Amino acid sequence: MRNIRNFSIIAHIDHGKSTLADRLIQHAGLVNERQFRDQILDNMDIERERGITIKSQTVVLSYKSKSGEVFDLNLIDTPGHADFSYEVSRALASCEGVLLLVDASQGVQAQTIANLYAAMEHDLTIIPVINKIDLPSADIEMAKEQIDHDLGLDSDQVVLCSAKEGMGIEDVLEAIVARIPPPEENSEKPLAALIFDAHYDPFRGTIVSCRVFDGKVRPGDLIRLMYNGAVHKVEEVGFFRLFRDPQPELSAGSVGYLIAGIKTVADVRIGDTITMDSNPVESPLPGFKDVKPVVFSSIYPISSDEYPSLVDSLDKYKLNDAALVYQKDSSAALGQGFRCGFLGLLHLEIVQERLEREFDQAIIMTAPSVQYQFTLNDGTGLTVENPQYYPDPILIKSSAEPFIKATIIIPERYMGAVMKLCLERRGSNPRIAYPTTARVEITFDMPLAEVVFDFYDRLKTITQGYGSFDYELIEYRDSDLVKLDILVNGERVDALSIIVHRDRAREWGLQVCDRLKEEIPRHNFKIAIQGAIGGKIISRSTISPFRKDVTAKCYGGDITRKRKLLEKQKKGKKRMKMVGNVEIPQSAFVSVLKARDE
Amino acid sequence: MVCHMENTLNATSHNPNPPGLYIHVPFCRSKCLYCDFYSVASSATIPAWLEAVQREMRLYGENEERSGGSGAKSGVKVEGYAEKHGEKSGENAEILRNFDSFNFDNFDSLYLGGGTPTVLAERDLAALMDSAHKHFTFLPDAEITIEANPDGLSAGKLKTIRDLGINRISLGIQSLSDADLKYLGRTHSSKQALDALDLIRFSGFSNMSVDLIYGLETQTIPGWKKTLDQILEFRPEHLSCYQLTFEPGTPLGKMKAAGKVNSIGEKLESAYFIYTSRYLEREGYLHYEISNFARSFDLKSRHNQKYWTHTPYLGLGPSAHSFHSGSRWWNLKSVRKYCRLLAEGKPPIESSEILTEEQLDLESLYLGLRTSAGVDLNELGGGLRVGNAFAELQRTGLVKISNGRILPTRKGFLVADSLPLMLNV
Repeated sequence: MRNIRNFSIIAHIDHGKSTLADRLIQHAGLVNERQFRDQILDNMDIERERGITIKSQTVVLSYKSKSGEVFDLNLIDTPGHADFSYEVSRALASCEGVLLLVDASQGVQAQTIANLYAAMEHDLTIIPVINKIDLPSADIEMAKEQIDHDLGLDSDQVVLCSAKEGMGIEDVLEAIVARIPPPEENSEKPLAALIFDAHYDPFRGTIVSCRVFDGKVRPGDLIRLMYNGAVHKVEEVGFFRLFRDPQPELSAGSVGYLIAGIKTVADVRIGDTITMDSNPVESPLPGFKDVKPVVFSSIYPISSDEYPSLVDSLDKYKLNDAALVYQKDSSAALGQGFRCGFLGLLHLEIVQERLEREFDQAIIMTAPSVQYQFTLNDGTGLTVENPQYYPDPILIKSSAEPFIKATIIIPERYMGAVMKLCLERRGSNPRIAYPTTARVEITFDMPLAEVVFDFYDRLKTITQGYGSFDYELIEYRDSDLVKLDILVNGERVDALSIIVHRDRAREWGLQVCDRLKEEIPRHNFKIAIQGAIGGKIISRSTISPFRKDVTAKCYGGDITRKRKLLEKQKKGKKRMKMVGNVEIPQSAFVSVLKARDE
Repeated sequence: MVCHMENTLNATSHNPNPPGLYIHVPFCRSKCLYCDFYSVASSATIPAWLEAVQREMRLYGENEERSGGSGAKSGVKVEGYAEKHGEKSGENAEILRNFDSFNFDNFDSLYLGGGTPTVLAERDLAALMDSAHKHFTFLPDAEITIEANPDGLSAGKLKTIRDLGINRISLGIQSLSDADLKYLGRTHSSKQALDALDLIRFSGFSNMSVDLIYGLETQTIPGWKKTLDQILEFRPEHLSCYQLTFEPGTPLGKMKAAGKVNSIGEKLESAYFIYTSRYLEREGYLHYEISNFARSFDLKSRHNQKYWTHTPYLGLGPSAHSFHSGSRWWNLKSVRKYCRLLAEGKPPIESSEILTEEQLDLESLYLGLRTSAGVDLNELGGGLRVGNAFAELQRTGLVKISNGRILPTRKGFLVADSLPLMLNV
């Protein structure tokens, strides 16, 4: 038991977390050169493509230390993006220590700090690691100074490495073994295991990832899920070594998986405690903070007969992404669907892509919204995150929207551009600090609605990738909110309605009209697109009809080509949604959310 | 010419849709700026090409036996093709195997297209026609067409052509405005074109088609009417009026991409199309396909209609396409490679496809909607699937129903590329 170490790697996005994980795995000899691929723990396509980690993954590394002892190191990989800090906190609950990774040329960034605080909350041992020391732009002294200054950690304890070049990996492993405490030896106590993840396997049912805190669990044991009291017989337990490696038991301190014939996905709740049916613990482990979605959007199947399949897919998906919340919703334009809550816009995009790729769902997502509060004249309070439920304006006494404290760390030279961006997005109360020379930390109060769309993308663009951003919700503030409707040939497309600050309504309306004009193909009749507040039209665009599209000749050599084009168009048509007699492509619903061109 | 009466009678009794034969002659004096058919502006490879086409005929034809007269089988059954000539693997293997079941019986059309087939010397033309008759059987009233350009036609050549049994000439005139001809990169003048028309009529051809192009920047509607009027004086049996298209890869297409030339725009293009259709119908022509007009029902291009009705056709020569029983295959687009493969005894096929039922239906639909014959409602897979969309199309006047068929209207012709999608099948 002394020889188990449970640890995580935390870092700002792009500071090399997945690369370091790859290197540690290689060092442990879990894979040979042939099996090796970059970002080995990121096994979703979407993670590899975007170069990010979305889901926490666990893997057991066997490491023979310099003293000759063999250790089982449980590495729990964590996502770096602010949207997924929930995943981070789940991973941290299963660890005794973390590697806090800092890029040698970029230094401490906004999420480095946020992640550090999370680790401190869990009272974990923190090992600062400076990565990418091989880069010509590496400035180890600067990074050390920031670790001292910004993080309050002892810079003498820093481990230097280059995951990419494989430098200093041994030092990192030695530091894990030497500094991170082993898990407490509680195998004699009644079983208490924390479920921190689960996924669905069509052959084995639900596979639960858990950290055993007390006791032990073996195949054949009757276990109890504490939140619903359901009892299951354990079929298999084991470790993740990039594949499932069955073990005779999981004992206190271990991180592993458990298969217990749990058929339905709804039976497992992330953060729940597993105990022994015959000898239960009295109270469950603390679990996780309830995750609160901040961005809401509706999901509809493109074709309404695919609704049952969407229901099923969401159920399965949810098991693997505890942060997603959803409930039934319906729209006049799009039929039956779900109103979903997300951790942020990236989370929203990931959910959309995973539903399409992994579950083969063709879906439409509506414009994201935050949660607004309305007070009516009769004193009733109303929380609205769906523009459909925007109250009758004459009944509204006051309205409020959530504000955040946005923290942005940038090299000083971008300060002007970033200030301008924040002010455009209704930022107020700027505070400026200079933690170290040439770097600025700007803090703004901003409406959350202004950052959920594309704020982070814009920030990255104007700071050429140097800007880092983190935020926390602070409070609701009074705000003059209106509902903007979009009409296509006079018909309101409810899925395109949004609640927006009055001062931003016109700009938004113009943008949506322009975007739809680009996205909706010409029809054989004229299409008018209008933006309206109440009965008042505030923006419009027109799509002129096509008169003619015929191609003149069609002989032997043209027939196949023409059929292929039609096949492609037919496929495209399946991804269209009829609103009245207008076909709106799926991409149109998405495009209205994309970055505003400046 | 030997007429194989025996075969003819046999064939008509068991083949209601006789196949067509196409031979691609990929040679031109010079390349026109708009043309995207495969051809080369050099006559150097004509001898090699001629030899290769004759080899290709041998691949498909039953050959020697037939000219011998005795024991001739009807038509061309390509037995053992795959074993004899096929590649052992690759995507064409399946097509080659299917050849065994393809029966190109008694052709009732032959089309010499190009390119400019009339660039062939008279003796080459004679050799080509002779080989065709040696390897294949034609029905006695077969439509035999040759494409020609005004330059390089002489009374002597036309006489030879007629003597070879070619009974239809398709003359590429394109325009009778010299400004238009220059814009298109044509090498003849309007005067040469008129002379060629005279010559063709004088040589006794009673089935003549004329190709014209409209929708040029250099053109006006009155100018276009003048071209039509001059052409109509010759009462051609058939007219093909094409709207100019800027095909990618052609010089004109590249000039358009570079902004040096422009299309006249959708509005004017529609105006030209509608004008042409109305004008020619008033002059007694049937507008029977998007770009094609015939002076009577019987004068429609028999060969071209095969393309639009899934009737079997065999295409010989570089880039030529063939179709039989839901299979389509096409030859390499290179004279050099085409000749080399045939010299090695291999089929010069570039690629092939075997159409699914659904693909065949889609093709029937879109091809049918490009013709005045339209599409049989029953063949639309029940026809009911068209539902509301169909009612909408009728309301907007793009199609009408007659005798259980969906017929595109003139307005419907204008949007023929999206009609199949609007029908939502």
